Amino acid sequence: MPDMYIGQPLSRIDGRKKVTGQATYAAEFQAQNLAYAAAVRSTIACGRIAAIDTSAAESAPGVLAVLTHHNAMRLPYREHRSMIDPGTGERLHVLQDERVLHHGQPVALVVATTLEQAWHAAALVRVAYAEDAGSTDIGSAALVAPRDFGAGPDKVRPFETLRGDPEAAFFKAAVQVDAYYEIPRENHNPIELHATIAAWDGDRLTLWDKTQFVSGAADELAAIFGLAPGNVHVVSPFVGGAFGSALRTWPHVTLAALGARAVGRPVKLMLTRREMYYGTGFRPHTVQQVRLGAGGDGRLAAIEHDSHQEASMYEEYSEALLDTSRFLYSCPNVHTRHQVAPMNVHTPTWMRAPGEVSGNFALECAMDELACKLGIDPVELRVRNEPAMDEHLKLPFSSRATLECYRVGAERFGWSRRTPQPGSMRDGRLQIGWGMATANYPVFYAPASAHVRLLPDGRAEVSASASDMGPGTWTSMTQVAADALGLPIEQVSFMLGDSRYPRTPPHGGSMTMASVGSAVQAVCRDARAQVLARTGGTDLAAALRLLGEPLEASADHSPDDSGKHFSRHAFGAVFAEVAVDPDLGETRVRRLVGAYGAGRIVNPKLARSQCEGGMFGGMGMALMEHTVVDPRTGRVTNGNLAEYAVPVHADAPHVDVLFVDEVDPHVNPLGVKGLGEIATVGVPAAIVNAIFHATGRRVRSLPVTPDRLL
Amino acid sequence: MTQSNSQGGNEQRALQTGSVADARALDAAPAAPSANATKDGARLDVQLRINGMTHRLALDPRTTLLDALREHLHLTGSKRGCALGQCGACTVLMDGKRMKSCLWLAALAEGHEITTIEGLADGERLHPLQEAFIEHDAFQCGYCTAGQIMAGVACIAEGHAGSPQEIRDWMSGNLCRCGAYNHIVAAIHQTAAGAAAGANKPKQS
Repeated sequence: MPDMYIGQPLSRIDGRKKVTGQATYAAEFQAQNLAYAAAVRSTIACGRIAAIDTSAAESAPGVLAVLTHHNAMRLPYREHRSMIDPGTGERLHVLQDERVLHHGQPVALVVATTLEQAWHAAALVRVAYAEDAGSTDIGSAALVAPRDFGAGPDKVRPFETLRGDPEAAFFKAAVQVDAYYEIPRENHNPIELHATIAAWDGDRLTLWDKTQFVSGAADELAAIFGLAPGNVHVVSPFVGGAFGSALRTWPHVTLAALGARAVGRPVKLMLTRREMYYGTGFRPHTVQQVRLGAGGDGRLAAIEHDSHQEASMYEEYSEALLDTSRFLYSCPNVHTRHQVAPMNVHTPTWMRAPGEVSGNFALECAMDELACKLGIDPVELRVRNEPAMDEHLKLPFSSRATLECYRVGAERFGWSRRTPQPGSMRDGRLQIGWGMATANYPVFYAPASAHVRLLPDGRAEVSASASDMGPGTWTSMTQVAADALGLPIEQVSFMLGDSRYPRTPPHGGSMTMASVGSAVQAVCRDARAQVLARTGGTDLAAALRLLGEPLEASADHSPDDSGKHFSRHAFGAVFAEVAVDPDLGETRVRRLVGAYGAGRIVNPKLARSQCEGGMFGGMGMALMEHTVVDPRTGRVTNGNLAEYAVPVHADAPHVDVLFVDEVDPHVNPLGVKGLGEIATVGVPAAIVNAIFHATGRRVRSLPVTPDRLL
Repeated sequence: MTQSNSQGGNEQRALQTGSVADARALDAAPAAPSANATKDGARLDVQLRINGMTHRLALDPRTTLLDALREHLHLTGSKRGCALGQCGACTVLMDGKRMKSCLWLAALAEGHEITTIEGLADGERLHPLQEAFIEHDAFQCGYCTAGQIMAGVACIAEGHAGSPQEIRDWMSGNLCRCGAYNHIVAAIHQTAAGAAAGANKPKQS
């Protein structure tokens, strides 16, 4: 059957709900007899709680309970490690002992009748600490080799790789680049504050939670509380942005459940904006050294890429920073090494294009430096180093559209009009710069399940426990289902966001359409085939009327072994125009063009929005975002939305998104590669390279705030 | 001083130590109608006009307008994004003018006409700006959307929607982390142009 809906720019099915305030987010579900909770957090980074006085808090108006490690329920914390948990270490145990492992760690929970009473009473809890010398300064923290790289969907991320003899090749190279690149800690800062409502019914727990992984959240809380796996029910139909901060559950979810257990009523715990900086993960601070050695023709002879990042003391979350350098360009001699600095911070986590955007930044800036030294056009330099295969895995690419992306992106941007000399382009007083970078992101594809119920009136109800934090799962899955069934889309509904629906992988890693979409397609095709086998014909709606009874089908879909035979990534090219005020040092991004080869595009309208959004994230990273941590104490000093700068309306550049046609049968049955994260990759480098082109100043530390250009 | 309770692994049940409400909170409220001090804390009788309807609530005097809407009236369309007036997700109209409901005490909203996102559509008929948001895909996760729309309605009414650049400048108090900015501006610009041409009438609150 030809596709009626896949490939169409349909408007969002959940649009009406969102524009009328009818979409329900975690904190907005109603419960009878709801109480409110507020957390008390540590003001030291390392040590013990020596004493905790809750008497004033307990006698404050409306207070129902005050929990500390003295009186909180003992939790079994059964062994639990899912695909989004760090491979090594143990999650923070909440209110279970007197140890303090990071600044902002929850040390008490107040439950009260109203929100205001809970917060007021939380401020009355007095904690005395016995402080130990902790590690809160990445500049002086000891670096160690990561112990485990099993974390994440891609299980092959060794911390050190070597091919050829890069040290010798670098030494002999005609042209060398050797530079350090630094990216500070960043916070996801979705507009929705993380929140959980917890309610117990005997030993059954219901959570209305903000999560990108409903089945994972249910499993995790069951393990923490020692419950039978089916006893935790998680509901999360709408997520107000997450960008990776809601992949795993954080202590506040456990706190809400503890509070509800203690007072025998449903409890709502909403994080404040400041608490978002202490309890929902972050992109870790990274320091990278890149050395490139090349011949006079620009062909790479050596790549050495060394990096380290902050990590917590209790879990080892390690980023895939160096994957890109191993395969993006053709180079016979490559050494990569990643280390972590265990510190008294809470565990970092995935943040939009984790690892890739940071590693790509360093490599793509270094490539730009190389192009300048050689006097070769930056795009031409990439073209000259285009690999014929993945030289690290020694596998062919399933598809790779870099050359086409450079071509169409450059053309749309007008790159041929660029004059290469830094400072040679101006607009009146302002210095104009044009820069570019390659973009890349791996294709993740994980097992997923889906269910469909076909009804005699010709309607179909499809379900999977997926999430939608903005990419448009509600809509795009419905398109896939409608096409697989051969039913009008008005007759098809897709339900997500409930752990009772069939299991899916996390809504992250840009893998939802690949994984869940493939399962939805499989279950719908199967159900359609079953009906038509019984009734004959090809019109499913007519066949269902004939059948006269519902038909249900389930499918568990798993990736085939293509991943063993192909290196699978989405690729792209990003072009940026900036205007720099030479007197103020202020950079404005005027235009961004992103050209992407991401396989099949299910909904171009939503895909375009996704890409624009990702590019805004990259712009924020380049120019504004910086979680400022006091290195003496680990305290976040700008934990709000005014002092942590994010792009606003007035910052918005003109953004152009192009998709190159690409058919890839090796990535998954739908042929999709995922888009949400590649859209951020390459943008920081393109902007920083443009700034160099405008000013002749090479800034290697993000964000490039005006002070760095004065 | 240390925590006195040492029940080991047992859960602590609700402890109400029978305190009288703190009367000092009441002195700060100007001309409070009637204040009830109970053992659960001070309560003020507050009358709020929301989307043309009158609601009577007994509120903790510290309750913000935003929390009165969300926690007490279950009008959850207006969103909590920072409770510091920095993100704009809580934007509602007070007497037709946009304001940040997280920075206003509910008790001080008495006597004013509040319009929230729930009051914008005319039954099933969406406000033209709501239609434009859907058409232009001016949202992704949808969490900042109510604030963007309410601010956008006000921006148009203020006469600050004459050009995309003007809209960007006057809408910068509403953050969107999903990056839907260009689509939001397109939706507002189209609606403003339509309003100017008399093609639609903004709903009166």
